[in-house]
Amino acid sequence: MDINDLRGLSTVLLFIAFVGLCFWAYSSRRKAEFDEAASLPFADESTSKTRSQETHK
Amino acid sequence: MSELNAQLEHPVYNYKVVRQFAIMTVIWGIVGMLVGVLIAAQLVWPELSFNQPWFSFGRLRPLHTNAVIFAFGGSALFATSYYVVQRTTQSRLISDKLASFTFWGWQLVIVLAAISLPMGLTSSKEYAELIWPIDVLIAIVWVAYAFVFFGTITKRKVSHIYVANWFFGSFIITVAVLHIINSAVLPVNWSMGYSIYAGTADAMVQWWYGHNAVGFFLTAGFLGMMYYFVPKQAERPVYSYRLSIVHFWALVAVYIWAGPHHLHYTALPDWAQGVGMVMSLILLAPSWGGMINGIMTLSGAWHKLRSDPILRFLVVSLSFYGMSTFEGPMMSIKTVNSLSHYTDWTIGHVHSGALGWVAMISIGSLYHLIPVLFGKEKMYSTDLINTHFWMSTIGTVLYIASMWVNGILQGLMWRAYNQDGTLTYTFVESLVASYPGYMVRLAGGLIFFLGMLLMAYNVYMTVRGDSKEAANTQAAAA
Repeated sequence: MDINDLRGLSTVLLFIAFVGLCFWAYSSRRKAEFDEAASLPFADESTSKTRSQETHK
Repeated sequence: MSELNAQLEHPVYNYKVVRQFAIMTVIWGIVGMLVGVLIAAQLVWPELSFNQPWFSFGRLRPLHTNAVIFAFGGSALFATSYYVVQRTTQSRLISDKLASFTFWGWQLVIVLAAISLPMGLTSSKEYAELIWPIDVLIAIVWVAYAFVFFGTITKRKVSHIYVANWFFGSFIITVAVLHIINSAVLPVNWSMGYSIYAGTADAMVQWWYGHNAVGFFLTAGFLGMMYYFVPKQAERPVYSYRLSIVHFWALVAVYIWAGPHHLHYTALPDWAQGVGMVMSLILLAPSWGGMINGIMTLSGAWHKLRSDPILRFLVVSLSFYGMSTFEGPMMSIKTVNSLSHYTDWTIGHVHSGALGWVAMISIGSLYHLIPVLFGKEKMYSTDLINTHFWMSTIGTVLYIASMWVNGILQGLMWRAYNQDGTLTYTFVESLVASYPGYMVRLAGGLIFFLGMLLMAYNVYMTVRGDSKEAANTQAAAA
């Protein structure tokens, strides 16, 4: 085993991490949380004094 | 200006620094693009350098690239990141003083660049031409920027960190790392230093920097802009939040390896060229993930494109983003690259990204932002925005189409051999054949530049007064 095996292994580990990330992101348990996160650009409109102006656009 | 700032003070957010950067984006855009038009004209009429060294193409070209990338693009990124991070964390910037320091520090960097580059002071690294004292100043400003941005995130009033901030955050961290590592020199005097890397390693570090300046400065940062302003302008949340997470991590993990495609068929080891090519091909997937996510945000709201030129700017910028991120992987294939490299095709590809994607998404975001920042209902004239949109689109198309033709023409002429092995064409013959393309490029660039002047007028009228429609109603009432 030399350094190149470790390099190959790191590629495999990264690939596993990526597949894991996909499962994590697309798990139905996180749907509500992500829906809430996706609405963050609109969440502060009530605190903004320019609200009435922004809804015009 | 200070009186105006006091008048527009927001109860929660620091809009002052955003206003400053937003206005400077327009100004530096005009300056940088004017230099671009000038050097495009110099390629058609070389006499336009007037035999002045400081006015020659070699010195003005880095001035153009630095001005449009770091002055125009940089100011747009500062403005939008400071705005988006405040709006999506619902808290004020952690330090007004430090934010103000980043504004004045960044402007000082730009002014120093505009003085030193025409003087011929350069580190000779592409997109990192500035001499080391200016590099030190950039590093200091950038660390302050990172502190303000991430400090604001730490005091957020919501639990989740919105995806736009992930893109801005990765852009800030990576640019700091790239800039500091690539600019490392042994100084010999105040204007000169030798790179601490030697030979091929120096070239590899340079293009690791260079391509990630594209990947993180010109892509991740502007995707951050996209993830806020497209949903906001379309008035609906982003198409898929899950896709945004997956394509974020894929994008940042893969971009960092793509640099070697700038060094195909050089002294760089073959395996490194191969890695660069494969990673560049893989990059198509996360890049198109971002494009699809942005464009699909409009699903169910396509009719808005008919009446809203701001949204048109944003959506067409995404189309150019998709186009140039298809073209890029294709050009990184070694056999394609052997035709395209060192030709005008590269310049066309860069401008498809720079004008079509970076500039147009910035312009669209600014048209959304300026009225909010200055307490106006909307921009002075929507018709002018529409005219600007068509000028930008036509200008970009003329620019990239002429460079495609020139690039393929040059590539084919340079590789043509006679039966006895001699070259069919001299270099100067390929140059003569390029003239029509240079003229069309100049025309395209000029049209794009004139559009920026329209924008400046529209912004000036918006900041100064009311919208044109409102003014008309008042006139009718009176």
